[in-house]
Amino acid sequence: MTLFSTIGSYLLLIKGMFTKPENIKMYWKELMHQSVEIGMGSLGIVAVISVFMGAVSAVQTAYQLTNPILPKETIAQIVRDTVILEFAPTLVCIVLAGVIGSKIAGELGNMRVSEQIDALEIMGINTKSYLVAPKILAALITIPLLVVLAMVLGIYGGRLAGSLGGILSTDTYDKGLIENFIPKNVWFALAKAYTFAFIISSVSSYYGYNVKGGALEIGRASTTAVITSCILILFADYILASFLL
Amino acid sequence: MIEIKNVSKSFGDKQILTDISAIMETGKTNLIIGTSGSGKTVLQKCMVALFEVDEGEIIFDGKSLTAMQEEERKELRQQIGMLFQGSALFDSMTVEQNVKFPLDMFTKWPLSKKMERVNDVLERVNLKDTNKKFPAEISGGMKKRVGIARAIVLKPKYLFCDEPNSGLDPQTSILIDKLIHEITKENNITTVINTHDMNSVMEIGENILYLYHGKKEWEGTNKEIIFNKHDKLNEFIFASEFLRDAKDMRMLEEKGIIDNDRNMDDILREGGANLVMEGGDSNKPEE
Ligand SMILES: Nc1ncnc2c1ncn2[C@@H]1O[C@H](COP(=O)(O)OP(=O)(O)O)[C@@H](O)[C@H]1O
Ligand SMILES: [Mg+2]
Repeated sequence: MTLFSTIGSYLLLIKGMFTKPENIKMYWKELMHQSVEIGMGSLGIVAVISVFMGAVSAVQTAYQLTNPILPKETIAQIVRDTVILEFAPTLVCIVLAGVIGSKIAGELGNMRVSEQIDALEIMGINTKSYLVAPKILAALITIPLLVVLAMVLGIYGGRLAGSLGGILSTDTYDKGLIENFIPKNVWFALAKAYTFAFIISSVSSYYGYNVKGGALEIGRASTTAVITSCILILFADYILASFLL
Repeated sequence: MIEIKNVSKSFGDKQILTDISAIMETGKTNLIIGTSGSGKTVLQKCMVALFEVDEGEIIFDGKSLTAMQEEERKELRQQIGMLFQGSALFDSMTVEQNVKFPLDMFTKWPLSKKMERVNDVLERVNLKDTNKKFPAEISGGMKKRVGIARAIVLKPKYLFCDEPNSGLDPQTSILIDKLIHEITKENNITTVINTHDMNSVMEIGENILYLYHGKKEWEGTNKEIIFNKHDKLNEFIFASEFLRDAKDMRMLEEKGIIDNDRNMDDILREGGANLVMEGGDSNKPEE
């Protein structure tokens, strides 16, 4: 398929989601189910990488800041800003593209190949809205929350590494955190999180929903979904940075 | 009654179905037969608009599915049940949840009434003690039964089955065929079955459509099919030595030449074999 027809059928999938639900209660149930799958399912990995990411950035910043004139609080500020601006939204979402993207593409791909999607269609259910919309919505709800959590844990990781490694005391770190804090950065990070959440969920739904063939193609679709999501995330990251900062 | 009118379908430049017309009768098991790849599945999926036809029309009791808008189609589809080749059960749900799913989606019944219906249909397909099992934990034959139960839970007017007994042993196959046949009669359903199983053809072939390379080559009943004079169809149905012999016997029987008490040698001595050949058999032994 050419690039344009891929984009075209992707847009048709998105458009197809906007129909009246056959039964609100069932859609709600599916949304809750997906929120648990997507959100709770990635909680562990997000927690682990955020803590380490913050810790590493504290240690490395300290290593690079050799100038004795600069106060130690600067380390905390740098950790805070890199975590909020880049690590929490972008790095976490790149990881989530792998975790959630392959999960969504695999689930839908399996349903397509084993004719479960056809079975739903034949019952008179719009599968684009019943299967895809709750996934995208669940991602839009949970991924920004995960990103906020990653911010908190990342900053905490830096604090922990700072004190454990004898780089700076927790008091100094906490003092540094509130100096020159720009609240706009958090909004910017959230804007990124929403954008990336939509990219991850919709792109991987698209590749999963349109699988043709057998089990082998499901794996292939997952891979394509993850790669495409990652590239689009980095691209969107650049665009957002140029426009919003 | 479902009318198929001059339906053609191609994928890219590959013509799959060519100008097919047929009628699927109400209260009967209508069979679509043909070798693998002859287009049975594609035809069935065209009939329920999972594939759009390129040309022609599908008419459900006077209403053209082809002309319908999405919303009307969704309504019609609530009267359609479908059993898929691989059963297509939702693997994240138990047997019970699978069967209950259409009720959850399309009725506002209280739970007790839903469960009553679910247990009724599960009983109807002879499934017991599997309610809480997942599809991965039950056998192929059971999956088909669950698939049938799910397909009929909303009391459909139309039932589609794609190779309902592929992958099943002959005994289970016949049970499944009989089950579908009985359900069709009980509820006066228009049932369409894809199959390449000759047992099914003979058992439940009330109205048979033979597809060959995407074209309708023959239609008739299971009574007519044995004595048909269509070469390709005969190649298909009498692919096995055993059935060919069985057919010869049957013809002799029909002509009153043999009854079960007489043995073959006597018949041959009396020239019965010649009669077989006169009977229009395209699979003559040797010449
Ligand atoms: N979605 C599809 N895209 C392209 N070709 C298809 C598709 N589905 C089926 N075909 C082709 O249509 C032909 C008939 O297939 P099918 O109807 O599945 O045969 P069968 O009679 O075994 O059910 C086959 O050659 C198959 O490759
Ligand atoms: Mg088939």
